[in-house]
Amino acid sequence: MKANILRHEFQGHLRSALRWSLSVAALILVFFSIFPSFASSAATMNQLMANFPPELLEAFGMNGLDMASVLGFFGLLFLFVQICLAIQAGSYGFGLVSIEESELTADFLITKPVSRTHILNSKLLAVLACLLITDLAVWLSSLAGIALFTGSREVDLGTLVLLLFSLPVFQLFFLSVGLIISLLVKRVRSVTPYALGLGFGMYVLSAFSGIGDVAALELITPFKHFDARYIVQHAAYDLPLVLLDLAVSAVSLVAVYWLYVRRDIRAVV
Amino acid sequence: MSIVEVSKLTKFYGKARGIVDVSFNVEEGEIFGFIGPNGAGKSTTIRLLLSLIYPSSGNAKVFGKDVVSYGPEIRRNIGYLPSEVFYYEGMKVINLLRYSASFYEGDFDKRLHELSEYMELDLSRRIDDLSYGNKKKVGIVQGLLHSPKLLFLDEPTSGLDPLMQRKFFDLIRQENARGVTVFFSSHILGEVQRLCTRVGIIREGQMVEISDIRSLQQSNYKKVHVSAAGISAASFDLPGVTNLQADNGTARFFFKGDINQITKKLSGMQIADVTIEEPTLEEIFMHYYE
Repeated sequence: MKANILRHEFQGHLRSALRWSLSVAALILVFFSIFPSFASSAATMNQLMANFPPELLEAFGMNGLDMASVLGFFGLLFLFVQICLAIQAGSYGFGLVSIEESELTADFLITKPVSRTHILNSKLLAVLACLLITDLAVWLSSLAGIALFTGSREVDLGTLVLLLFSLPVFQLFFLSVGLIISLLVKRVRSVTPYALGLGFGMYVLSAFSGIGDVAALELITPFKHFDARYIVQHAAYDLPLVLLDLAVSAVSLVAVYWLYVRRDIRAVV
Repeated sequence: MSIVEVSKLTKFYGKARGIVDVSFNVEEGEIFGFIGPNGAGKSTTIRLLLSLIYPSSGNAKVFGKDVVSYGPEIRRNIGYLPSEVFYYEGMKVINLLRYSASFYEGDFDKRLHELSEYMELDLSRRIDDLSYGNKKKVGIVQGLLHSPKLLFLDEPTSGLDPLMQRKFFDLIRQENARGVTVFFSSHILGEVQRLCTRVGIIREGQMVEISDIRSLQQSNYKKVHVSAAGISAASFDLPGVTNLQADNGTARFFFKGDINQITKKLSGMQIADVTIEEPTLEEIFMHYYE
């Protein structure tokens, strides 16, 4: 298999991946830097939070998390990381083939002696590599944050690993769902609104499912499939939901290949 | 041997007509002109042959292979110059051309430099800094770089100045002399007549005529405009004259036939002004099929 498309796509996404990686790493480290003061007044903090309306705590996934423990604190931070990564993965998904079509470079690529399947394989591998770079940044900065700011407090490493390793699967959902939507809508004019819509939309659904006890919503949103609070409390994944998440991604990807191979690349009008 | 075989090819975009029942062949080594007004279906046909889009019915073969089933294999030997060229904006010309070459087997660096030099293309510029004409040159080099056996040129001359157009035509003739088959789509009859051996005329999605260029020229209309004292409709009462309008000492008409008949007539008149020109393609279509 020739790697020229892969290389081209990787170079095209690398700058964005590094920007995301640095931003998320900075977010994690800054967030962790307030942990010591947070934890030292833990009793006050938990009391203060108990006074918040439970709906608010639900919306941030904080209800039932002990903010004075490292993982409880990390659980809240993890939600913000998830939102960032959802937007990043979504934007890669929405843009993967639609940018070439709106900027009209698709003609160049598709008239080359390569199959559509090969094009998709290469493009997907390239963005997956870029998403992994961001994951690596999250993993390293999380470990660094814990090492630097939590002192001698105990951390359940197994749970931490569960949280951190859930990210690639979480990203895959937004990548594949973004991609399939981009192939189903008539034309993606701009990627950002779609990516923000999908990322925040899924988060809002997850928040709502907590507030209103709408169990059906948790089937839809990956923020529930990989709910930090569940993972921290149970030291395990919510397996049925994780499998559902994987199934949605897999079905989306199969549909993506099916549609893209048959897709008409329309000319400039 | 037929390089391109198109049989009852039909494409609808939803309900919108692309092309309907188009059939034609392009033989090895010829320059086939494909003419028609904008929106007639020229680009649709080319895009079908390149598998950018897929047929609603009918089929097409290139190099004897079905374009839907053998797209990647066929495209190894195809060069394509689209009517509108768009490339990855952030790239430098040289990198784009190298990226393009990387899809084919072989080393094309020497040819890359030869072609760019010939087309006076600056390789160090960035794509987004290029003018329309210069982007077109990138397209030309990109299309010819890998020495394809079949060239699809979709309205290739738009945006090129006359000097460059001539260089480009010379280049195409050289390639053709090496045995390259050329499929040349255009709405400008003049350039098709200069370059092509055979033409297909497409109108409203349907092939209305396929003939070699000589017979088309013989049956071709001329548009004549004469100003002379005492001119009247009766002055040009000849077979082959149509759409005659005469008033105030000027006459306008289309003529089909031996042009010497007209020049003989004219030589007997005291002429103030005369033009004999190619009708526009639209005018040909209006008269060709009356």
